[in-house]
Amino acid sequence: MILKRLAVSVLVLLAVSLLVFVFTLLLPGDPAQAILGQQATPERLEALREQLQLNDPWYVRYFSWLGGLFTGDLGTSAATGGSVNALLASKVSASMVLMVIAAVIAIPVGLLLGTWSAMRRGRASDQVLTGFSLVLAALPEFVIGVVLTTLLSTTVFQLLPSVTMAAPGMQVWDYPLQLILPSLTLVLVVVPYMIRMTRTTMIDVLDSGYVEMARLKGLPERQVIFKHALPHAIGPVAQVVAMQLAWLAGGIVVVEFLFRYPGLGQAMVDAVNNRDVQVVQALSMIIAAFYVVVNLIADVIGILANPKLRTESRS
Amino acid sequence: MRRSEQKAREKARGTVVPRATVDTAITVSHLDVGVTGGGLILDDVSFRLRPGRILALVGESGSGKTTAALACMNHLRAGLELRGGTVELQEGASRFHRNAVDLLTLSERKMRRLRGGTIAYVPQDPALSLNGSLRVGEQIAEVLRAHEFGRNARERDLRVAEVLSEVGLPSDRAYQRRFPHQLSGGQQQRIGIAMAFACRPAVIILDEPTTGLDVATQDLVLKTIYQLTTKHDVAGLYITHDLAVVARIADDVAVMLHGAIVEDGPAEEVLRNPEHPYTRALLDAVPDMRGARDMGGGPAVSPEPGIRAPWDDGRSTASFASQEHTAPVAPSVVADDAAPHVDGAGAARSWGTSAEPGTPEPGTGGDQPPSTGAQGSTAAAAGTDAGGHGVEERPAPAVDGRAGTTAGDGPATGAATPGGNADGVVGSRGGNHPVVSVRGLRMAYGPAVILDGIDLDLAAGQTTMLLGESGSGKTTLSRIVAGLNAGYTGEVLLDGQVLAPSTRRRTTEQRRRIQYVFQSPFSSLNPRRTIGDSLQVPLQMTGGMNREQRRAAVADALDAVRLGRSYIDRRPGELSGGERQRAAVARALVNAPSVLVCDEITSALDVSVQASVIELLRELQHERGLAMLFVTHNIALARHISHKLAVLEKGKLVEYGPTDAVLRNPRHGYTRSLLRHVPTLEEAG
Repeated sequence: MILKRLAVSVLVLLAVSLLVFVFTLLLPGDPAQAILGQQATPERLEALREQLQLNDPWYVRYFSWLGGLFTGDLGTSAATGGSVNALLASKVSASMVLMVIAAVIAIPVGLLLGTWSAMRRGRASDQVLTGFSLVLAALPEFVIGVVLTTLLSTTVFQLLPSVTMAAPGMQVWDYPLQLILPSLTLVLVVVPYMIRMTRTTMIDVLDSGYVEMARLKGLPERQVIFKHALPHAIGPVAQVVAMQLAWLAGGIVVVEFLFRYPGLGQAMVDAVNNRDVQVVQALSMIIAAFYVVVNLIADVIGILANPKLRTESRS
Repeated sequence: MRRSEQKAREKARGTVVPRATVDTAITVSHLDVGVTGGGLILDDVSFRLRPGRILALVGESGSGKTTAALACMNHLRAGLELRGGTVELQEGASRFHRNAVDLLTLSERKMRRLRGGTIAYVPQDPALSLNGSLRVGEQIAEVLRAHEFGRNARERDLRVAEVLSEVGLPSDRAYQRRFPHQLSGGQQQRIGIAMAFACRPAVIILDEPTTGLDVATQDLVLKTIYQLTTKHDVAGLYITHDLAVVARIADDVAVMLHGAIVEDGPAEEVLRNPEHPYTRALLDAVPDMRGARDMGGGPAVSPEPGIRAPWDDGRSTASFASQEHTAPVAPSVVADDAAPHVDGAGAARSWGTSAEPGTPEPGTGGDQPPSTGAQGSTAAAAGTDAGGHGVEERPAPAVDGRAGTTAGDGPATGAATPGGNADGVVGSRGGNHPVVSVRGLRMAYGPAVILDGIDLDLAAGQTTMLLGESGSGKTTLSRIVAGLNAGYTGEVLLDGQVLAPSTRRRTTEQRRRIQYVFQSPFSSLNPRRTIGDSLQVPLQMTGGMNREQRRAAVADALDAVRLGRSYIDRRPGELSGGERQRAAVARALVNAPSVLVCDEITSALDVSVQASVIELLRELQHERGLAMLFVTHNIALARHISHKLAVLEKGKLVEYGPTDAVLRNPRHGYTRSLLRHVPTLEEAG
């Protein structure tokens, strides 16, 4: 079962790579022209095209690019002329830092508040939390970001930096304070969904026959929740968490732009502006791989949390 | 020896409960429960539970039975509130309370100590109530831990194994490590019972624990419950809507209607001389095997319309159809053959009395399944098939797996069943010209043979009952007839013409003539469409009618199923289960078919509703001369609906012939075991 899911994931990634490659081919603009500028002579352009293998048929180029992906070589940036690996390494790690911080805060908070809300269903505290998360969920991430900036770093209080300082050769985490606003924005965007979905799932589970049975067996309420109810919520909740994490990979583009954060999102925006096809391809593959991996993990958790699926996978 | 040990142990812990000396375990008095901000669900309900006796709480779905039962555990479901009354746990019933105590006043924490330990609950549907992510052994063990049963983990482990064998399940480690989905329905229910009996409770509450089980498994589960309650002096509250089950298991009965108890008393008395009209209606609705006697051996079909309980008028009505049934039947012979336990008290009580008379202590049952006692007694009563029965009683998982019927049965079928159907088929010939014929039907998914060598005829104006446990292939067969399952070999003929396997390739006319009614009226009608919209779909398919004509035809069909045309603009959500099933029947009839395939259409309904639906089918058949294939696992319905009986076991027809002949003289062991397990009212004697 798990192996099957793994194989499917690999297939999905291959399909994505093909799509990404074909669509970037369709982009207007000529990489050679982009590198050499408008003044380049036709001979020089031709020579560069030869060098970049742009004259080969598309499938040859696809496979050499794919081969590069497998060996960890993402190609050469048309804008800088340097390797894509070197260009993206710091950006990817900067974004990962942001995402990990957001995930580490959002997942426990979302699950705990969702469960708590489900257990207090119908009471005032539940209604306040539900209403609050609904409002947050309705706000786009840039609005949340702007409100936080107004609140914490400009007009009201001036506690935190509103943009990221990243001089060349410096890492973003050298100034931990500047990570707070972007990660807080991400947390506030994903947490409402997690709360709402966890609450719904837990309510279903708490209404189930086996939870009523556990209570009628005279088990302490803590045991009822943690031993009988939670395991059944893990699978569905893992799916929601995965979707939110996957959203982080894409949603980070806007948030990074807002805070001038030197991460994946900014790299993507720059690459598109510069017609830097190789970088766009590499970034698309990284984000796609992140989606696939996160969803795969969620599926595996779902399988492991469900004895029925687990025992089937064994036989 | 073990017994004395146990006594000593209990004494040491100060937990000896002099239950036998207590007259009453729980007294419920003047209990009122209402919907929050709404009307009453329970209205002045009072009853008493006594040690060693089972009180059956009888009523239809929605009558408040479950609410009353859960109130005994001070558990109200969401949206309900207590309006008054007391639930008194009498002195001596629990080790926590020296004196009588009103459970409804106890704190949640104090109540928790009693739940599962002193007062235990067996749920209606074990598939929903067992936790799918915990191993079954653990689910039993945790009750013991929560109530600090035994001194240490080892003693608790021993108790888990012991209680498993008490309910007739294997007690080994490997079995305890299974998950609920790896057990059959009957085994799951017995896990639920084991869970309830694990702490040796004083009171046990059983909420329709046999609904959804086939008769053989139901029989086994009832037996287990009966033995354990009598043996351990447990006060039982058994909730059901089926009076035949009451007759089999209960000492006392309380009949509930709309939240109030309308009649109560000793089971025997209430079943013999019901005073309240509702009790009488419930009794009339029970499709007991003895219906045959009431009908004088005549045909099952009664032409008189408008009578809700069809079994009353059987005696007076002239036989309308089949000439096959005219052979006079000596009633007593029928009764004896069909239901060997007919001589009343003997059968029901024998479970208890024969259970190792010298050793009443529960501990001794450990290495021997408790069902051994029953084996002997039933064999004595039945006389005929003792050997076969004995095999079934043993707690071998394989046997029970067959009863509960898992998908795994499939592969084994071909080899397991000897081809014994030849003479049955021969006996069935004659009579009317068949509308639908099935010839040499075989269906297999890979190596799993679902149906093998089926020959069947459906004649106009006749009902053929297709009987079998879940997994026997009866639904597959009915779907093949209706063209919903392709991929078989063999032929299905309509008026001598071979039908295409799939409805898509059948002509409109062929499709019109065979109609299908699905099992669950709750899922077969689209909740977003009005009844009228749903009903006119078949007419649109056949075409040739304009809007007004279709509406008129739908209205007629609704009249025909006694719903009335006022239902045409309602949605399924506003209808009760029985009304929905009538609407589903109307949808099948709107096209004036000649063949009706009914797939377990009464199994989701209460007994009394079932009675009215069956009555309806009989009338319709009489009016329109329909050929019917009636699929069911309830053999007790046989005499009331069918002219011919076909018994399917593991994909083979093991019995096929006129209903009367088959019931009187069942050839196959499987049919005989089905007949033996049917609970009937006669047992109340």
